[in-house]
Amino acid sequence: MSIKTARRIRLTLSYLVLLSAIAIVIYPILWVIGSSFNPGNTLSSSTIIPKNATLAHYKELFAETDYLIWYWNTLKICFITMVLSVIFIGLTAYAFSRYKFIGRKNGLLLFLILQMIPQFVAILAIYILAYQVGLLDTHFALILVYVGGLIPMNTYLAKNYYDTIPKELDESARIDGAGHFRIFWQIILPLSKPILAVIALFSFISPFADFILASILISSDEKMTLAVGLFNMIKNEFGNSFTLFAAGSVLVAIPIGLLFLSLQRYFISGLTAGGTKG
Amino acid sequence: MTHRKTAALLSIIPGMGQFYNKQFVKGFAFLFLAICYFIAFLDFLNIGLWGIVTLGTEVPRDHSIFLLVNGVISILVVGIGLGFYYFNIYDAFQNGKKRDNGVKLNTLKEQYHNVVDKGFPYLMVGPGFLLLIFVVIFPIIFMLLLAFTNYNLYNSPPAKLVDWVGFKNFIEIFSLDIWRETFISVFAWTIIWTFTATTLQVSVGIFLAVVLNQKEIKFKGIIRTLLILPWAVPAFVSILIFSGLFNDTFGAINQSILAPLGIDSIPWMTDPFYTKVALIFIQSWLGFPFIMAMTTGVLQSIPGELYEAATVDGASNWDKFRKITLPMVLFTTAPILITQYTFNFNNFNVIYLFNNGGPAVADQNAGGTDILISWIYNLTMTSAQYSKAAAVTVLLSLIIVSLALWQFRKTKSFKDEGMI
Repeated sequence: MSIKTARRIRLTLSYLVLLSAIAIVIYPILWVIGSSFNPGNTLSSSTIIPKNATLAHYKELFAETDYLIWYWNTLKICFITMVLSVIFIGLTAYAFSRYKFIGRKNGLLLFLILQMIPQFVAILAIYILAYQVGLLDTHFALILVYVGGLIPMNTYLAKNYYDTIPKELDESARIDGAGHFRIFWQIILPLSKPILAVIALFSFISPFADFILASILISSDEKMTLAVGLFNMIKNEFGNSFTLFAAGSVLVAIPIGLLFLSLQRYFISGLTAGGTKG
Repeated sequence: MTHRKTAALLSIIPGMGQFYNKQFVKGFAFLFLAICYFIAFLDFLNIGLWGIVTLGTEVPRDHSIFLLVNGVISILVVGIGLGFYYFNIYDAFQNGKKRDNGVKLNTLKEQYHNVVDKGFPYLMVGPGFLLLIFVVIFPIIFMLLLAFTNYNLYNSPPAKLVDWVGFKNFIEIFSLDIWRETFISVFAWTIIWTFTATTLQVSVGIFLAVVLNQKEIKFKGIIRTLLILPWAVPAFVSILIFSGLFNDTFGAINQSILAPLGIDSIPWMTDPFYTKVALIFIQSWLGFPFIMAMTTGVLQSIPGELYEAATVDGASNWDKFRKITLPMVLFTTAPILITQYTFNFNNFNVIYLFNNGGPAVADQNAGGTDILISWIYNLTMTSAQYSKAAAVTVLLSLIIVSLALWQFRKTKSFKDEGMI
């Protein structure tokens, strides 16, 4: 077998592998897009290429369900969570990175352990606490819980990044008479924009993807988030409103997917930074 | 008696030690804070601490669970109070020591600057930490305590009181047949799930990255974008779509793919074995793009000379992959690969959204595909076995925390060796 044939076989096999991977990846996506244009309601009538394509499900989604409200709720919750997280995490990480204070080491260890324990193992406690302070079925409670849950892991991310900014910068600013907060605001903050962008991205996306906390803390229809709303749509009467669910998923997946694809570099850099340093 | 001892002793009443050290403003501030603390919290602490010890004595006046909540908060408040109290004594002692050694004490102005300087990091950490205490730490402590009570469907307020039962829940999990068998089978599946699903998604990711990054492959950009789609689509959407695709009777997998091939319908949702197969497939589908994207980054950073040298030495492509590519990739990405395992260990979403942890299995109180975390959820939300769920949570947390500490020490040693 000559080198040339070997190479040809290798390339043919490679393309075959890639093509089948693409087929497996793309099939469910195309199928759900196809389903959303199907005339019927049920799962059984869902085909990848609809015979009489219709926009009826999209219309129904807007006219007869709370879909748009869920969308708005989700975006609102994600946005507020993002802003608050970046503020809390930016400040906390700054203290951990730049100051030696009593409790610093234990604090870092605590964060390390907390980021490993998934927050919702304690859903019952969160529920009871929310009930006692009268915040059940409010977005405010949900946002607080999300922000709290994001703090441990992302503080590590930010701290590791701050650590790479030379301390000499702070010191020379201090000699020039800058106060603690001014050093943070005018020196550290501008230099750490990349990591803050990554944290913003994470804290926007993770409430978006959360199902469990939202399903427990929120009970009324008009306060639900997309994950819970779509789940109920598919599970309550399985099969009977599947095409409606399909339309709903398509409208979620497209904008988020595009946003993601355009920002994927940051996701990779963020996740990599989080994993490589303890 | 030295100044330091007198000052520390006097500080048993907050502020007195500071008065003794002639730091009147500070002493007054401490005394004032202490009085405020008692006025504000005395009643609450009294009831809270009583409640957490007894969990209530009278129905319907006492609601055990609320008493427990208040009790935990009381303990947190006491903890903060003790922290300040300790600081008050420590401060008096330190300043007394300074006087013993004939060092001049800080003036009021210096004290103020000191507070601002030393206090700054606490000011920064404070807000985030306070939130963390309430929404993360408090719930975990609460669950920890709940594991030692008998709170369940038949024993729940306001009709009944809940009692402390010691280690009964833990003993029952390991001694009652139904609990022990369920725990063992759920735990075994959790481990199998974590290892197969993660290893598969990692292998597929690395494999596709290597295949895609061969020099001769064309349209790399488009192929990569297509392959990354499962990562871009929100996972909950994909999982719900899959639960439709895999539906036993109507799903497209049975109807449009297997039927034309002459294969009978496979009970994806009703037979535990097939549900497990489907779940592992779905998780690989969801998880490989991230590994692929990350590996691509590593591959591009491996210097080409390495491969050229290997070619000169007569190495085959397989040799090059085994001896250069794979070690480089695994070494650089090892810590991230570990997080992939811990992620799947707690991967609630895929298990629950696909088939609720089901199908149901005889002789155990968990579904056939429940992992620990989804079992805890079902125990809490559907069968109201709160205290048992809490006990399982404690076991789960113990496993995770020991893993976390182990990993922490590993990464520490990595750092010290300057490898990362």
